[in-house]
Amino acid sequence: MHAEILVLHFGKDIVDQPIIYRLVKDFDLEFNLLKATIYPRQEGIIVLELRGHPKNFEAGVKYLKNAGVKVQRVASEVRRNDERCYQCGTCTAICPTGALHVKRPEMEIVFDVEKCSACELCCPVCPARAMEVSINRNAVA
Amino acid sequence: MAHYQVNKTYQEINAKIKKGQAVVVTAEEIIDIVRQKGEVEAARTVDVVTTGTFSPMCSSGALLNVGHSHPPIKMARAWLNNVPVYCGLAAVDIYLGATEPTSDDPLNKVYPGEFKYGGGHVIHDLVAGKTVHLLAEAYGTDCYPRKKWDRHLTMNELTDAILLNPRNAYQNYNCAVNRTKKIIYTYMGPLRPKMGNANYCTAGQLSPLLNDPYYLTIGIGTRIFLGGGVGYVTWPGTQHNPVAPRAANGLPLKPAGTLMVTGDLKQMHPRYLVGVSLLGYGCSLAVGLGIPIPLLNEEIAHFCGLSDADILMPVVDYGEDYPNATGRVLTHASYADLRSGVIEVEGQRVQTVPLSSLARSREIALTLKKWIQEGAFLLGEPVELLPSCPRGEYCPPRAGGVAEIS
Repeated sequence: MHAEILVLHFGKDIVDQPIIYRLVKDFDLEFNLLKATIYPRQEGIIVLELRGHPKNFEAGVKYLKNAGVKVQRVASEVRRNDERCYQCGTCTAICPTGALHVKRPEMEIVFDVEKCSACELCCPVCPARAMEVSINRNAVA
Repeated sequence: MAHYQVNKTYQEINAKIKKGQAVVVTAEEIIDIVRQKGEVEAARTVDVVTTGTFSPMCSSGALLNVGHSHPPIKMARAWLNNVPVYCGLAAVDIYLGATEPTSDDPLNKVYPGEFKYGGGHVIHDLVAGKTVHLLAEAYGTDCYPRKKWDRHLTMNELTDAILLNPRNAYQNYNCAVNRTKKIIYTYMGPLRPKMGNANYCTAGQLSPLLNDPYYLTIGIGTRIFLGGGVGYVTWPGTQHNPVAPRAANGLPLKPAGTLMVTGDLKQMHPRYLVGVSLLGYGCSLAVGLGIPIPLLNEEIAHFCGLSDADILMPVVDYGEDYPNATGRVLTHASYADLRSGVIEVEGQRVQTVPLSSLARSREIALTLKKWIQEGAFLLGEPVELLPSCPRGEYCPPRAGGVAEIS
């Protein structure tokens, strides 16, 4: 079983197509929708966790690309500037996935990139503005 | 007047520090020592307990003298990196407040406002050695004819730079929850609806004023770790309230004592003065502050021996009660419970969220310990202690009393 959080960018020409439906139906993949928005110029963005057999996952991602969807792997999207972070813990109030959490009893603030859904809620909440959104070119497939 | 078995003076302890013989431990380390050896033996063997805290402390700022221009100017309005500063002093003295946002900040017009840059950030940038833009306007006088001054400067070019914080190191503070149905953004951080989280902001057993709850050693002239450099307690902080209700163990149950602190900004470090942006609230400055507490007698050792489980913090609803100033406290939660990650409020389990950095608070206590051990930092004997309140007569532990403190 393979699971990964992906950001899918839909051009306005494909935004009306049942692409996610095909992922489920044809590739036997589970999805957990984390964010879905359509922007004013009608391009869409979906953030989801995709889960399934590694082969199906690979085939599903290939299908997405062929269908014209730009696929980004999310884990590397939000990163923590460890120089700036002073380990307070404010971000843990708002992080929906538990990627940012307190390690006890040391009270260290841990950022688990694997769990990050790149919702970006932590970015404005961090008092030191240590959470940064970075475009990792390697993740843009 | 209590009769102590241990009676040490500042002079004796300083003499030991100079010889490199002082026994120094942090406020975390002293707890087990008091538990194992008892208060009297702890006071006898340990000379100094170092504390530390690192949190946003809004009532902070810097008094700067920017030097005279040619021709001279009597600044009437001025900005540092577009952050307005107070000019109602002499010609080139200005006060830069930590919570002042830039003059073109949209504030909460787009709610919740981000407050990306303010006075606290300017202080951080100055301490970090960065170049800062000064813009000043004046009406012009016969003696100060200049009307506009536009220049870039660094900390080195300032005649004086003094960190002057009117209220720091609050002794105990509210733990904030939100009982309404909408998320709110406060100086205590984001509070999710229906008590989604409980935010608290103190270093607990490491916190300076929780280790000396009756200010038996802290007063005007106490030398402290401030912003990575050396500073002093110069006065009780604004809103200093020694008569706040206290638990039987002497620790306040509400926000109580505060400190006014001062130090030379030029010898401070950007790691311990960090500009912060509190979503929907405003700008501030996270200040690193540590106080050495001399164990002059066993009563002081007793208070330093109190731990997280002994500290009770008032849980306050910032959705209704705080903005309406009802003064209502929902319940009290121990700092040990707050650190565990979950507290119970009105029968509901609530996730707790720290706003103070315990990691950096500990780092400050350890740094101060090192300074004292190396003989680089001597204790300042207060010329006047902070206003306090009557406390119960201290009862020395009975013979064999060590066992009961297990």
